[in-house]
Amino acid sequence: MVLALSVLVFILLRLAPGDPIDAYVNPASPLSPDAMQALRDRLGLDAPLPVQYFGWLRAAVTGDLGFSIQRVGVPVLPLVLERIGPTLLLMAAGLAIAIVVGITAGIISAVRRNSPTDIGFSVLAFVGISSPAFLTALLGLYFFSVQLRWAPSGGMLTPGAGFSLGDLLAHLVLPACLLSIGHAALIMRYMRASLLEVLNQDYVRTARAKGVREFFVIVKHAVRNALLPVITLIGSTIGIAVGGAIFIESVFNWPGMGLLLVNAVETRDYPVIMGATLVIGATVIVVNLLTDITYAAVDPRIQVA
Amino acid sequence: MTVAPVLDIRNMQTVFRIGGRDIAAVTDLTLTVEPGETVALVGESGSGKSVTSLSILGLLPKKVGRLAQGSVAFRGKSGETRDLAKLDAEALRRVRGNDIAMVFQEPMTSLNPVYTVGEQIAEPIRIHLGRSHREAAADAVRLLADVGIPDPERRARQYPHELSGGMRQRATIAMALACNPSLLIADEPTTALDVTIQAQILDLLARLQRERGMAMLFVTHNLGVVAEIADRVAVMYAGRIVETGRVAEVFAHPRHLYTKGLLRSVPRLGEASALKAAGTPLPTIAGAVPSLSNLPAGCSFAPRCPYAISACSAAVPPLTDTGDGQLSRCIRWQEI
Repeated sequence: MVLALSVLVFILLRLAPGDPIDAYVNPASPLSPDAMQALRDRLGLDAPLPVQYFGWLRAAVTGDLGFSIQRVGVPVLPLVLERIGPTLLLMAAGLAIAIVVGITAGIISAVRRNSPTDIGFSVLAFVGISSPAFLTALLGLYFFSVQLRWAPSGGMLTPGAGFSLGDLLAHLVLPACLLSIGHAALIMRYMRASLLEVLNQDYVRTARAKGVREFFVIVKHAVRNALLPVITLIGSTIGIAVGGAIFIESVFNWPGMGLLLVNAVETRDYPVIMGATLVIGATVIVVNLLTDITYAAVDPRIQVA
Repeated sequence: MTVAPVLDIRNMQTVFRIGGRDIAAVTDLTLTVEPGETVALVGESGSGKSVTSLSILGLLPKKVGRLAQGSVAFRGKSGETRDLAKLDAEALRRVRGNDIAMVFQEPMTSLNPVYTVGEQIAEPIRIHLGRSHREAAADAVRLLADVGIPDPERRARQYPHELSGGMRQRATIAMALACNPSLLIADEPTTALDVTIQAQILDLLARLQRERGMAMLFVTHNLGVVAEIADRVAVMYAGRIVETGRVAEVFAHPRHLYTKGLLRSVPRLGEASALKAAGTPLPTIAGAVPSLSNLPAGCSFAPRCPYAISACSAAVPPLTDTGDGQLSRCIRWQEI
């Protein structure tokens, strides 16, 4: 999987017009074509693509992701690893909010089906699913940071203030909430549909016939079964959450992978792009594996092989 | 009979609200179940027999179905008689699984797939009898042994999907018996099972009923099962009881054309080959069950009845005593 991803990213990168040299050279003081050619030779950018790819791969399997072309002399691996932490933090916070809000709202909606509460939640979810991230991110930034001044407008920590958990959380809340909107809406819709289906199942009637309190009929007997398809959904949205996180990071100047990746793409910094996508890809795969394990823990019919 | 019945339903009507209109699924149902007795409720799909059993416990689908009229007097374990139709949701919940328990048709789907069998049996014991987790778990194992499940300690720790169909139905019976109910409602408990397993489950229910002296309301469409397990039978057609009485008498002398038709359409051993040789098919009842939203005037069965006369469509015939406690909703019962 990771290998296929690296081939794909490699090919797509080379298909894009321009190269690091074009991006590096200041248009105001152009280099001669000869000098640019010499630079390309030195970086190996002229070698045939398979040679370049396997050269990269041979080093990558030993953990050597090469050096950044733009930040001369900076190795890619530490650069990427230093950025993965903040991104994972942002994504985890966003998804945690999405899961809690989405599942709670989904349960309430299903239990109070067709009530004003249900319709209200459904309209909100519809708006949430339909709002593009660039819009919600910018609007959120404008209202909550600029107008209301409830939250800082960017960064992860207040510069020069030293580390404190409160400061980190204050910076985290707004981007995490904005990241969670679309996911919370999607999870809510799925949870509602799934729970409505489960509430019609025979074993829910059995639970009622046993004299189980209605609250526990829902929470104990129905919700756990209804969660199964929602867990699958959450697993598959994590890849999408990476995309969202990249966007939110660039809006909120969050020092994560997204910002690194956007800068690297702008400057055609091939080794950094390759390294970053590799680490993101591996993370998504690991998270999906965790999802499958969670699924097996919730559903006894799935055997952990 | 001098003993007060466990269950005494009078003139019960259950309606479903469909498309803004109330449709009666059960009309004017009067039925009693004596202590230790088994009463079978027989009928085709849509005749209202399952709805009757759900109405008793207030398990009708919310907002759609409701018990609109009549009373459901029930004498619980405490000896106190109450009208279940008038109880609030919380009081009714305390009756469910405690004084009255239910066994459903589909053992495959009526157990929760994500909890162990033992946990599901222990649950009503904790809820109604206030036992601890440990005590209830031990009770669950004992109940599994009681319903004839070998190696009950291991089975209690297993999930429903690890048990066979017959085994699961035994487990749901154990669950129903957990709080020693005075009435067991069995809604087609053998329909989804293999014939050999059916016989085992019937034997099991009969044995448990004898041992515990519990009353049973047995819902089925299978007349063979009725003959095997029930003392009395009530035949339902289009939401009404059309005939009721002791099983032996109703089977020997049906006093309603519908009952007679049903009994005639049951193939008997040896009969099929004789019929085939004679070139006559197995007798059936001509026509189809009328739609509940569009019942014919008068006797619902009249359009399919070979004995029907104009008086049959004039008014719904009352249940008439045909002697020996047998009741029929047919105005020409004497001629049958």
